[in-house]
Amino acid sequence: MKDLKGYVTADGRQIGGVLMEMRNITLKFGGVVAIKDISFDVREGEVRAIIGPNGAGKSSMLNIISGFYTPSEGEVWYKGEKRPPMKPYEVARQGVARTFQNIALFEGMTVLDNIMTGRLTHMNAGLVSQAMWWGKARDEEIANREKVEEVIDFLEIQNIRKTPVGRLPYGLKKRVELARALAAEPSILLLDEPMAGMNVEEKEDMSRFILDVNDEFGTTIALIEHDMGVVMDISDRVVVMDYGKKIGDGTPDEVRNNQDVIDAYLGVQH
Amino acid sequence: MLYRTAGQFKTSYTADQALFPIRQDAYLLGIILIFAWVVFPLTASEFTFQTLLIPILIYSLAAMGLNILTGYAGQLSLGTAAFMGVGAYACYKMVTIMPWMNPVVAILLSGVFSAGVGVAFGIPSLRIKGFYLAIATLAAQFFLVWLFEKWAWLYNYNASGAIQVPNLKMFGVYIAGPQADSMIQYFVVLGIVTLLTLLCINLTRGNLGRTWKATRDMDIAAELIGINLMKSKLTAFMVSSYVVGVAGALFVFMWRGAAEPNLFDIPLSFRILFIAIIGGLGSIMGNYLGAILIVGLPVMLNTLPQTLGIPISSAMVEHLNIMIIGSLIIFFLIIEPHGLARLWALIREKLIIWPFPY
Amino acid sequence: MLNDIFVAPFVDMFAAPDFLMQVLWEGLVSGILYALIALGFVLIYRSSRIFNFAQGIMVVFAALTLVGLHAMGVPAWICILLTLGVMFVLAVVIERVVLRPLVGQPDIILFMATIGITLFLIGLGEIIFGGENKVMITEELGIPTGSVLLEPFGGLLILEQKDITAVIVAALLVVGLLIFLNKTRMGRAIRALGDDHQAALSVGISLQTIWVLVWFIAGIIALVTGIAWGARAGVSFALEVIAYKALPVLMLGGLESITGAIIGGLMIGMLEKLFEIYWGQPLLGGNTETWFAFVLALIVLLFRPQGLFGERIIERV
Ligand SMILES: Nc1ncnc2c1ncn2[C@@H]1O[C@H](COP(=O)(O)OP(=O)(O)O)[C@@H](O)[C@H]1O
Ligand SMILES: [Mg+2]
Repeated sequence: MKDLKGYVTADGRQIGGVLMEMRNITLKFGGVVAIKDISFDVREGEVRAIIGPNGAGKSSMLNIISGFYTPSEGEVWYKGEKRPPMKPYEVARQGVARTFQNIALFEGMTVLDNIMTGRLTHMNAGLVSQAMWWGKARDEEIANREKVEEVIDFLEIQNIRKTPVGRLPYGLKKRVELARALAAEPSILLLDEPMAGMNVEEKEDMSRFILDVNDEFGTTIALIEHDMGVVMDISDRVVVMDYGKKIGDGTPDEVRNNQDVIDAYLGVQH
Repeated sequence: MLYRTAGQFKTSYTADQALFPIRQDAYLLGIILIFAWVVFPLTASEFTFQTLLIPILIYSLAAMGLNILTGYAGQLSLGTAAFMGVGAYACYKMVTIMPWMNPVVAILLSGVFSAGVGVAFGIPSLRIKGFYLAIATLAAQFFLVWLFEKWAWLYNYNASGAIQVPNLKMFGVYIAGPQADSMIQYFVVLGIVTLLTLLCINLTRGNLGRTWKATRDMDIAAELIGINLMKSKLTAFMVSSYVVGVAGALFVFMWRGAAEPNLFDIPLSFRILFIAIIGGLGSIMGNYLGAILIVGLPVMLNTLPQTLGIPISSAMVEHLNIMIIGSLIIFFLIIEPHGLARLWALIREKLIIWPFPY
Repeated sequence: MLNDIFVAPFVDMFAAPDFLMQVLWEGLVSGILYALIALGFVLIYRSSRIFNFAQGIMVVFAALTLVGLHAMGVPAWICILLTLGVMFVLAVVIERVVLRPLVGQPDIILFMATIGITLFLIGLGEIIFGGENKVMITEELGIPTGSVLLEPFGGLLILEQKDITAVIVAALLVVGLLIFLNKTRMGRAIRALGDDHQAALSVGISLQTIWVLVWFIAGIIALVTGIAWGARAGVSFALEVIAYKALPVLMLGGLESITGAIIGGLMIGMLEKLFEIYWGQPLLGGNTETWFAFVLALIVLLFRPQGLFGERIIERV
């Protein structure tokens, strides 16, 4: 399964080579070791899940990928190259987009504007052009608006376009956040608990969107999720973390039958 | 019924992004512009130009500059007046060193200097946030005013330490200095303010505006979605200080006629902050509403007792004024913390659905 | 040039150590007052997240009330009590009229409201007491006005007795506040509020009571500072400026740190005096005290964004 050419999933999708690889990552906060010597990879076109109990270090791992935390040890490889130390915005500009465990939308802006910020990495008209609303700035604004409208249609949020984000209910906010990340047309999409706090119906919607994104755009997805049922349903491969260590890695079935995982995680009631 | 959106469908994103998606807003603006460009100049007295029209425009512009920084980009500044001072002194130096220079060009260029100084004092914002940054901007406030006083070159070594606006001509007419006519000055101010307002509207509704607002609402998330915070904050300081600097040049050259360093002291900074906040942070139109209130109110309070025949000393009026403005600030903050612009937006929303309120 | 900046000032300091001590003493007197005002700020900030810009005008208002009452023929010590009463009423009114309706608003709105209070009090003060400069009733309050001469290093050091009194009273007030904050239920509630609203409420003291109390404490501090500074410089609206100095103190010490306010205040008081005397006046034309503290705080913050005493803020997502 681990050959460079990738593999074919049970439902017949072709998974490509390694897109992102974490090599021996360790992360310390002062004396606290949040992540201890973890390695795993994410392949092109794959839905990769990271699971584990609270405080296992999952969010911290995404934050390392985003460049928000710098690992104390270890390397991040992206598109076949070792990534030098980078600011988060530079990482984003390399095609890494994400959502957050605690929604991080721009509350003072409308849904449309929020999603438009996702296009920001694709826009570079100069100050003067923008001030005059002419030439490049105007063309960009229109072209990117069209892209954003596609995302809006895709996620079925047409009717809240002009609503200030602050007024939306929780479930919709999560969806808008996904829209903002999708608008960036990322190479890899990181989702930190996209379904936390949702009811069953909302979870189903969200799962469907995630699978559709992966299917239609071939976007690589790394997601953190608590709901085991959902994880087993939508992911191709799963990393299991516990107390900062990796205790399992493989297909949902493999992980489900791994004794360490059963002891450490599945056995625990959540 | 006044505001009818029914039947106005957008057929393209271009139309949807137009300045006035709703036709009535455009009509309203048209009426305002007609008043500003035609009716006021025809009817206003010298007194009205000098106490209301010109200062309202200039204060609106200064508040708009501040609003870009504080309302849009979320960086609280208490040093606006000092940056106005930079604009004013820069303009003064330019027209005295290069008397042939077109005064309007000089005014527009003076903003470049304040923009530079603004960026320099904006650098701390990359490390310092919130109130700490606000106090840091006070460093600019106090340091620059001190500099205006101590650096004699700035005021051409005048014995008085003040700058005096010379008579300046454009196309054969005096537009600044003692000889200038109020109406002409009004038109110059109106032209510049209109132009800069348009540019600011464009900047704030486009990509840069979204970048600023994202920085304001949640800087960490902004950085994680690809915003270079340094660039975002420094462009905000740059654009803001440019506008504020031009406002400062207008303030002295088109209105006051002369300036001492302490004119740019902290009370002026606060006055502009009031205008921006009472008008509405994160709104362009709010600056005008705020300026009308803050500039207009004292004038009204001054004239009211006279017209009513109440004997009251001018010092008393002055003090009452300050008290009333203080109370009004609190009053407005309580009834609508988001300012007059939001108040207007709510009324407008009501008008759109009226008379069928659902 | 380099010599003027890096060598000459220190040579001067060593050549006339008595003068240096005089400068430091003057700085210390200002510094302890800055610290006191900063403490008032910190208390209000910790308990309500309000950045209280009105602190300065409260100093003026308290001093004016005191002097004004005395001018009406009220005995000095009764004036003090009455002024304290006025400051208490002010605290109640501010809590009722301004703070309560604005609970939960963004920081900047609350901050603006305190500027509104400032303007209101300026207007009110001018109407009631008039704008002209007044003399503090120093002697009437029993504050000694002579001076103490010391002769360190064979030189001469003049300490004004009223400054000594100011330092002692301010120090006592600081100590008193620290005891109040650490030893009483109310004080602990105020401190807890800075960390966690719920915890403080569970102590069983209402938020309103706490707010009135901290604003009243700020009022007491204002009165003490008003007397001390008024005794040196007269009572006028210019006094407001000294409260601005508490701001860089807060930057240095941290908006929430009580120790920071005290140490920051003393540091800034002395450093700005030193800078003015040894660098400002000879090299820069003087009057650098208007900005020195701010620029110093700014520079320090560039290197330590959390201030000298603040804890490093770790951001999370
Ligand atoms: N910025 C930080 N500073 C200190 N400790 C942190 C920080 N971020 C995370 N941690 C710690 O790292 C551990 C892992 O946290 P996290 O990655 O959020 O876990 P998970 O997302 O798996 O629930 C926790 O013990 C948490 O307290
Ligand atoms: Mg997490």
